[in-house]
Amino acid sequence: MTNGVETLRKVTYREAVREAIREAMQKDTRVFLMGEDVGHYGGCFAVSKGLLEEFGPERIRDTPLSESGFVGAGIGAALGGMRPIVEIMTVNFSLLAADQIINNAAVYLHMSGGLFNVPLVIRSATGGGRQVGAQHSRSLEGWFAHIPGIKVLSPATVEDARGMLWTALEDPDPVLIFENSGLYNMEGMLPAGAGAVDIDRARVRREGKDITLISYSASLFKSLDAAEILSREGIEAEVIDLRSLRPLDEKTFLDSVAKTHRALVVDEGWRTGSLAAEISARIMEGAFYELDAPVERLCSAEVPMPYAKHLEEAALPQVDKIVDLARKMVKADG
Amino acid sequence: MPKKEIELPYRVSYLSILDENGQLDKELEPDIPEDLLLKLHRGMLLARRFDERMLTLQRQGKIGTFAPIKGQEASQLGAVALLEPSDWLVPSFREMPSELWRGKKMENILLVYGGYNEGGHIPSDLNDLPVSIPVGTHPLHAAGIAYAMKYRGKKDVAMTFFGDGATSEGDFFEAMNFASVYQVPLIFVCQNNQWAISVPRSKQTRSRTLAQKALAFDMPCIQVDGNDILAVYAAAKEAVERARSGGGPTLMECITYRMSVHTTADDPKRYRTDEEVAEWEKRDPLVRFQKYLKDKGLLSDEKIQAVDEEVKSEVKAAEGRWEEITRKTPDPLDMFEHLYAETPPHLLEQRAELERELAEKRKEADNG
Repeated sequence: MTNGVETLRKVTYREAVREAIREAMQKDTRVFLMGEDVGHYGGCFAVSKGLLEEFGPERIRDTPLSESGFVGAGIGAALGGMRPIVEIMTVNFSLLAADQIINNAAVYLHMSGGLFNVPLVIRSATGGGRQVGAQHSRSLEGWFAHIPGIKVLSPATVEDARGMLWTALEDPDPVLIFENSGLYNMEGMLPAGAGAVDIDRARVRREGKDITLISYSASLFKSLDAAEILSREGIEAEVIDLRSLRPLDEKTFLDSVAKTHRALVVDEGWRTGSLAAEISARIMEGAFYELDAPVERLCSAEVPMPYAKHLEEAALPQVDKIVDLARKMVKADG
Repeated sequence: MPKKEIELPYRVSYLSILDENGQLDKELEPDIPEDLLLKLHRGMLLARRFDERMLTLQRQGKIGTFAPIKGQEASQLGAVALLEPSDWLVPSFREMPSELWRGKKMENILLVYGGYNEGGHIPSDLNDLPVSIPVGTHPLHAAGIAYAMKYRGKKDVAMTFFGDGATSEGDFFEAMNFASVYQVPLIFVCQNNQWAISVPRSKQTRSRTLAQKALAFDMPCIQVDGNDILAVYAAAKEAVERARSGGGPTLMECITYRMSVHTTADDPKRYRTDEEVAEWEKRDPLVRFQKYLKDKGLLSDEKIQAVDEEVKSEVKAAEGRWEEITRKTPDPLDMFEHLYAETPPHLLEQRAELERELAEKRKEADNG
């Protein structure tokens, strides 16, 4: 470790998740992966490619096409002493398992008077932007963040994609990990010894003094790109990566707002009743007198995600929109 | 490429050993040790009396809404009697007889319906799960548990209970499919008590039996007279042995009747006739079993009377212990417990906020 540069290696987000699964399987025989197409096919997003050959069909289980089925069975397996990683191909299909997640996994500890934790990890792809139409492009992680009893994570960087899974598996409570499908091909630098990371703190990904951009997942990188452009104009944006959507680490973004006095939330979810609305409300409650401008939100258009490329691009938050809005907010009061 | 019939070797057996008139089919009579027969009778009577007492307590406003079990004692105890302590019971919300049989305390059950989630505690030597209120979602948990037992190389099996209404839920089919694909050690026990709140069995499905729903998954199934504890026991014995020896899951349909209300929030007079209830009262599983035991010379009216007095005083004693525990009103702050292994900061804040409010209210009240 004499040369810091040499210890970094380039990996894709997909490879980072795969490494995380592999390491968890190696470390703990109670861990197994279950979901649609995760075995022979290697996962619909190729995340589990090669793992069947490495760990065998008992631990890399192709399931029937039955979301409620394998999530419910995952709850049972967790109660029965296992540490299941359940892959729901995309968040769109989590709706078929919503009762198992919300009405069962999230309340088991409560219903049993503190006796039964459900150490279940659910991984699911989320987000739009891949031209797969309204029924495959939703960003519903904000919905799940509404539910007490579960934890909701949203790794944006390869380091988090690599490190959040093990911490989630060690957590006694159900944890949902949402991976934006647009990130799987993204490359990033990972330290050679990369491993578990915390799952309860937000991170400042870029420091600035003029405005705070609060974001997570794929929108984080749009926010960072926007910050770069703004910087050339003399506006220094601070960019926050929420990382955990439940619980929310409000201290990190409130501290930032106290410094910059302006906040723009960038969220791929729909605006009404959104996670962005929650963050906006928290800023109002916790940093109202710090604000020099109203909190703004940049969310997806409140329509089913269009299939056509140019319409989909128009519906999603984009770098130029972030730049425009941030610029207006900073310049509004001179 | 002719059009041809695919021959499927499927049929549904129906099993009845002790009919409603107390007539016994000696050929089918299971070999149950005498002490177990008496224990089963005691368990049925205890569940009946405790159920009656709970209904009174509910009407007095001392406990909240619950689902009475009257009439389903045999269709549950005949099956759970086959479980070992380390096996898993995965109940719905109408399995009080099974829970008591497995060792759950009556005061704990009263605590649940008195608003204390601690009542959900299961004795530590048992693997049973707490009651599940959403209809039909828990058989999947049983499937997952059974999968875990198989994966971990354990001999334990899981047994899950649910009603006729639950068999229309998608999760029930997903559970059967999962259990069958992976051949896990699981026994599905359907309590077909004829009514899903106000919807009769005839409107629930066009299928002639509920048992046959397993056939689509190539899963063994059987329909039994659920008010005949001997038939339930015999069928469950076969199913549990099959599961334990690696033969996979079984669906048992127990034909029984909900002799009381769906829950205490319900008035069955609005949807079923007194005549229908009277017909089923003639098939009361307890009376039938008592006749069998008397015929065997194991019980007499006097002995039944003595057991009845015993279980009634057990119920009374449990009620006393429960009242003792509930003398202390639950602390509203307890609502924040048991949501996460470690309470996160935002919940601690909400808890502190409520604590301040309550303190202020107390102060106001003290100041008159």
